[in-house]
Amino acid sequence: MSTTSRHQAAPGSGEAALPPLGTVGLLRWAWRQLTSMRTALILLFLLAIASIPGSVLPQWGNDPIAVRTWIENEPTTGPILDRLGFFDVYAAPWFAAVYLLLFVSLVGCVIPRARVHWAAMRAAPPAAPRHLDRLPEAISWTVPSTGSPSGPDQVTAATDYLRSHRWRVVTGQSPATGTAPAWRWVAAEKGYLRETGNLVFHLSLLVILVGVAVGGMLGWKGNVIVREGRGFANTLTQYDAWGGGRFVDPATLPPFAFTLDDFQVEFERVGSQTGAPRSFEADVSYRNSPDDAAQRTVIAVNHPLEVDGAKVFLVGHGYAPHFVVRDRTGAVVFDDEVPFLPQDGNFTSTGVIKAPDGSPQLGLQGLFLPTAAVDDVRGPHSIFPAPDDPAVFLSAWQGDLGLDGGVPQSVYTLQTDQMTQLGLEALRPGESWTLPEGAGEVTFTGYVRWASFQIAYDPGKEIALIGAILAIAGMMCSLFIQRRRIWVKVSTNPTELDSGQPTGAVIGATTVVQVAGMTRTSSMDELQSPALIEQMSELARVLGSPSKEER
Amino acid sequence: MTPTGLAEASNLFIYVSMLALLIATIAFAGCFAAGRRRAPVQQPALQGGGGVAVLTRPEDSAPARIEPGRRAGNVGMSTTWLAFGLLLVGVVLRGIWAGRVPWGNMYEFSITSALGILGVFLFLSTRRDLRWLGLFVTIPALLTLGVAVTVLYTEAAQLVPALKSAWLIIHVSAAIICAGAFTFAAATAMLSIVRTRAERKGEVTGMAARLPDAGRLETLTYRVVAFSFPLWTFAVIAGAIWAENAWGRYWGWDPKETWAFITWVVYAAYLHARSTAGWRGNRSSWIAIAGWVAFLINYFGVNIFVNSLHSYAGV
Repeated sequence: MSTTSRHQAAPGSGEAALPPLGTVGLLRWAWRQLTSMRTALILLFLLAIASIPGSVLPQWGNDPIAVRTWIENEPTTGPILDRLGFFDVYAAPWFAAVYLLLFVSLVGCVIPRARVHWAAMRAAPPAAPRHLDRLPEAISWTVPSTGSPSGPDQVTAATDYLRSHRWRVVTGQSPATGTAPAWRWVAAEKGYLRETGNLVFHLSLLVILVGVAVGGMLGWKGNVIVREGRGFANTLTQYDAWGGGRFVDPATLPPFAFTLDDFQVEFERVGSQTGAPRSFEADVSYRNSPDDAAQRTVIAVNHPLEVDGAKVFLVGHGYAPHFVVRDRTGAVVFDDEVPFLPQDGNFTSTGVIKAPDGSPQLGLQGLFLPTAAVDDVRGPHSIFPAPDDPAVFLSAWQGDLGLDGGVPQSVYTLQTDQMTQLGLEALRPGESWTLPEGAGEVTFTGYVRWASFQIAYDPGKEIALIGAILAIAGMMCSLFIQRRRIWVKVSTNPTELDSGQPTGAVIGATTVVQVAGMTRTSSMDELQSPALIEQMSELARVLGSPSKEER
Repeated sequence: MTPTGLAEASNLFIYVSMLALLIATIAFAGCFAAGRRRAPVQQPALQGGGGVAVLTRPEDSAPARIEPGRRAGNVGMSTTWLAFGLLLVGVVLRGIWAGRVPWGNMYEFSITSALGILGVFLFLSTRRDLRWLGLFVTIPALLTLGVAVTVLYTEAAQLVPALKSAWLIIHVSAAIICAGAFTFAAATAMLSIVRTRAERKGEVTGMAARLPDAGRLETLTYRVVAFSFPLWTFAVIAGAIWAENAWGRYWGWDPKETWAFITWVVYAAYLHARSTAGWRGNRSSWIAIAGWVAFLINYFGVNIFVNSLHSYAGV
């Protein structure tokens, strides 16, 4: 392939010194640049830097309210940053460009390496070099022949030893050349798993990417607030917020349902962390499908409910005060529990009540305080998250709620531009407030708790987990295993008689045994490997080398 | 012992440990200062650097060279062991008092991290002579403890529900060991930069003369990073599994997760730089330092300045 491209790239170019600048040549050059280690390094730095804004600026995905506030406070830079994707960094095109380039670079680097490694794994270890003593690590000793060969042949012994220690071994002979006698050698190599691990690590990152992509395309996630005593059925309309991947059909969500029977929460009452939550538990009864029998279970933080492939997580809780609103005729126009959203750690909560059936329509903005207190600076607020002394502070409005305009409205805000304020009042459970101007009556009958659940289905998470496990395994092989070679050279130096026999059986001859080794590790090459030295010494001992002191 | 007694005992052990660390720091500083005066007396550097192995062990040649400040270094090592022991008792008592693992809030994570820093140093010191590094390990450990007892101190309390999980033990203990290892690697990386500068100037005097040669320092940095990188990867993955179980997604780009990712990417860049022509030496050392800075930002910056899902439990 490379020859054809070069051939196409350089037709008729006489200047051999210049690089070929055809399209193909340019592409080849660009590809080589992209897959170089230097580019990979720069892309890694870019990836690190590109991630930073997302941790400093609020993100749409995590905290949309904070983003909106940020943009409102910075009318010039806010919208520009928003358009450039700084409030959704990890979905921004420039962020995707960095990591996709990195992955392309990775693939371009790994595939040729895999090819080389595949060939290396099937190749025999290279023959012993002639001058073993020039290698970084070498042990040699001489066996003076005393007439008969002592013990088993060194080549066989070395081969057996190395094979039993899972080295890849080949043996060979080299003929005598000039003054040098003939010699026999053993070549062994080990640690192929280093490169295998390296390749597995890099490819497993692709597996993780696939897992993330599968989750993004086929997964879905929604949030819902459920009051005590109320139920939830897994259909799109029941969610407060829902998002799904491109290939998810919201009409075919698994048909499970559950009811929040009871919600218990405990708070720290003493010490410096007073008010910190100590436990949340949601008692629920759930059905896998409408026809199934209900089962009871507890959902808690760190203990999600798994149902029909989806997982139900407890992510928050709060209070839902119950109000009864009557209009000027005394007719009940509202009778329900209203989830109020906590604003601080002590559950000072806000919410609104809309009664569109009255004429004129009635609206209430409210503050629910589980343990009520009022001071000059903060006004009404809660001083403890548990309902020790609950109260509501209400502001009543009458007029047009603006619900008929067709524009969707949040259930947590009251549009007061077409309404007039009637007055303010504080109520404790059971108390009623007769509205000014005979507009009606509001009764605060009590409260229940609500719990918010995140319900998620992510079919890619197992793939990502497999990728992550492979990544760690591959990384550890690649960092901790050393590719290493050992050679043993056995040569016979005839001293008196030269019978031409290459064994140690020659009377008066001496056998020189050399053991040498080296590591092939790019990042530690200036380092002598203690493990290799130990293995060589052990091999030398097995082959009958004198101990260090005797040598 | 009453619970308050336990708490007081834990605090006492930590204070005494800090005192021991202070003595160790002074001793290590003395070890350094002594070396300054008579620096280039002997340099074991580069012996057999690549040639046939001359496996001289430090002990072999020790009697020949009575290093200046060696005794101060010995005092430093033994007081560091003492400080480690005292701190270990303090941390364990804290855990008993709280009735759980002693890393449920930032104070506890800090004291346990200081234990991790000293632990990594002392473990490696059993395999090689690390007196020269002592000063650069006791100072960060002492600073960590100082910040812990002054700024971050909180009474032991039960865990918030989000932390009640076996993953707290797995995920955070891996992060604590990484804290120690990354700090160690940053110290050796900084010292290798100092040493390289001196070597380039051609005259290795003063503080640099007390250090091993730059090549050895860089190798040590590499080895510690190579050890901690898989562990950090594991900590991040364990965190992702926990997040999936607690929050319904394994990765949500929460600031803590983002900075864990940045730390990971920077150390990945370090490992790549080590085998890239033109990037070895000082450049890779700077990357190792950058990785440590990212780790610190993740720990202090995100917990204190950023609103993160990981901000909880009395800082």
